[in-house]
Amino acid sequence: MRLEARLEPSRAMMVAAPLLAVAATLAAGGLLFAALGFDPLAALFTFFVSPLGDLTGVSEWLLKATPLALIAIGLALGFRGNVWNIGAEGQLTMGAVAAGGTALALYEASGFWVLPLVLTAGVLGGAAYAALPAVLRTRFHANEILTSLMLNYVAILVLAWLVHGPWRSPEGYNFPETRMFTDAALLPALIEGTRLHVGALFVPVVALVVWAVLSRSFLGFQIKVIGLTPAAGSYAGFSPNRVIWFSLLVGGGLAGLAGAMEVCGPIGQLVPSVSPGYGYTAIIAAFLGRSHPLGIVLAALLLALTYLGGDAAQIALAVPLAVIQVFQGMILFFLLAADVLIRYRVRFSARVQTGGTR
Amino acid sequence: MKILRRTGLALALALTAGLWGAGGARADEPLKVGFVYVGPIGDHGYSYQHNQGRLAVEKHFGDKVKTTYVENVPEGADAERVIRQLATSGHQLIFTTSFGFMNPTVKVAKQFPKVKFEHATGYRRAPNLAIYTARFYEGRYAAGVAAARMSKTHRLGYIASFPIPEVVRGVNAFLLGARSVDPKAEVRVVWVNSWFDPGKEREAAEALMAQGVDVLAQHTDSAAPVQAAEEKGVWAIGQSSDMSRFGPKSHLTAIVNDWSGYYISRVQAAMDGTWTSTDTWKGFDAGMVHLAPFNPAMPAAVKADVLKVVAAITEKKLHPFTGPIKDQSGKERVAAGQTLSDAELLKMNWFVEGVVGSVPH
Repeated sequence: MRLEARLEPSRAMMVAAPLLAVAATLAAGGLLFAALGFDPLAALFTFFVSPLGDLTGVSEWLLKATPLALIAIGLALGFRGNVWNIGAEGQLTMGAVAAGGTALALYEASGFWVLPLVLTAGVLGGAAYAALPAVLRTRFHANEILTSLMLNYVAILVLAWLVHGPWRSPEGYNFPETRMFTDAALLPALIEGTRLHVGALFVPVVALVVWAVLSRSFLGFQIKVIGLTPAAGSYAGFSPNRVIWFSLLVGGGLAGLAGAMEVCGPIGQLVPSVSPGYGYTAIIAAFLGRSHPLGIVLAALLLALTYLGGDAAQIALAVPLAVIQVFQGMILFFLLAADVLIRYRVRFSARVQTGGTR
Repeated sequence: MKILRRTGLALALALTAGLWGAGGARADEPLKVGFVYVGPIGDHGYSYQHNQGRLAVEKHFGDKVKTTYVENVPEGADAERVIRQLATSGHQLIFTTSFGFMNPTVKVAKQFPKVKFEHATGYRRAPNLAIYTARFYEGRYAAGVAAARMSKTHRLGYIASFPIPEVVRGVNAFLLGARSVDPKAEVRVVWVNSWFDPGKEREAAEALMAQGVDVLAQHTDSAAPVQAAEEKGVWAIGQSSDMSRFGPKSHLTAIVNDWSGYYISRVQAAMDGTWTSTDTWKGFDAGMVHLAPFNPAMPAAVKADVLKVVAAITEKKLHPFTGPIKDQSGKERVAAGQTLSDAELLKMNWFVEGVVGSVPH
């Protein structure tokens, strides 16, 4: 059995691969749970269905998927253009810092303009932080993978310094947290009584805009050409630096927006840990969604569901966290593995062709 | 618009509360008790000890309780979801065991007035939200006495997590305990900005040992520093739980958090209907903190002295923060004969003279 490259990606497999992956996940997951003494059907039901059993569950699901989708869409823009921004976690953090700082500066203010200002500050904070790897890459040819990754740690330390020091709540017994933001700086609920806020509406809008840019604009064409064959891009006179700047600023801005929405939404203040690794998980979402905005939204929803399902399995069935993490890993493994079938076909003959596969 | 949003929210909250409140406990059904941990239960430190407390509850009450735990819950937006999920799935008493769960617990407690909540190490309370923590600093003071007596270099190391009052207080208590028997003792602090990161904790341990430290203490939850000490042949003091199996030769003692008694009494109160929102901060006296068995290599005289200190603290004859105490700048913070009040202890953000390192501000 061996893999043979297809002449062009198989359309049938584009649809079949995810279904195949789901089937494989259910089968392997069922086996895993059964082997550990859990009822496999109950476990799978608890994992995938029970979290979405009521309005609160659905709202929590969308709330969790929102930052992942926003960040991943921004990252995918860069991945298409061969710009590997691994620094979304830091850009998210700086977005949260900028938004939080603005919210605290406007602590006495009230009015409809406070929230837009706070969110804009978040976008600018994230974009400004992404500008650092952009400068380093375009000016000094420093690899953006390394610079953006390293800046994550810096951002998290900056946030830690602020909440332990100058921005620490005066009423907080010296604990590392800022004051709770005022209502003027908080995102209103989208569904009353849930934590889902209006910021979730950014996801469809951003997905649509990025899709339009990628598939319908000259800039999107340039990104793709430079991403696929940088040499062809430069012969055509496209500026690689422009693509680098554009994708890093947009990616950083969206990560910053996600960070701002976390602190102005479910958290409501600045704390030392704003993100449970959204910036890294979003990289998986971007790959899982094949760098396509719609695919990414679906991938973000799936990833969010695995977190909610993980909580539910721990609470309802007392499945240990380690088993849940193995299962979460299996889902991703099967999804990415099945994608191979789009570009390759499986041959069962043992005969070795000598003339290549074309 | 704001008013509309508020009333809408209030209505929705009242509705959910009513719905879930209606499903109160019946006598024949087990009481469902939930626990939320910040770390993995396998950390052999902080979360591990809370889980030991949960297991003690199960053992004590048998089929009269059903306990649930969720481990490794990040302190951020996720915590609120997990706590709410426990509340909606019929848990009537919920312990949230890390400081970062404070505001999420407050929010959920507001929505579920019939459910009882308990938050560890925070300061916000509500009619259905009690708070509890232990006077770990009492154990750290006694451990400081043991460390200084065993040290040859007069240099003690301290691997610290986050510069919150709890940790700062622990460093100071350790130093004051050490100085009570060795005026030349100093405590070198390394911050690792994590509660549980074996890699960073190990690096910090190596760095401290390279500076001539011969007793390591830690306010982080992994056993990595104890293991590092075992390899280099220096002493170590375990955190939260007895870590002697990670360093049989090096493990001097450990400051053990023992939540079993507290959890059992609170579950009992919830069952009896006598549960109220309380503020508990107890130490040696209530058994919430104790020292792990001493290393056999420790001389009998040292053991006796440490036990004397433990007894004095237990009987309230000795308060670790009794003046004169100067801070790092030499300014007197506590006058001779005075002791620091609980309120001052709770917001401590300065190091005592003799601590090498600084509180990041």
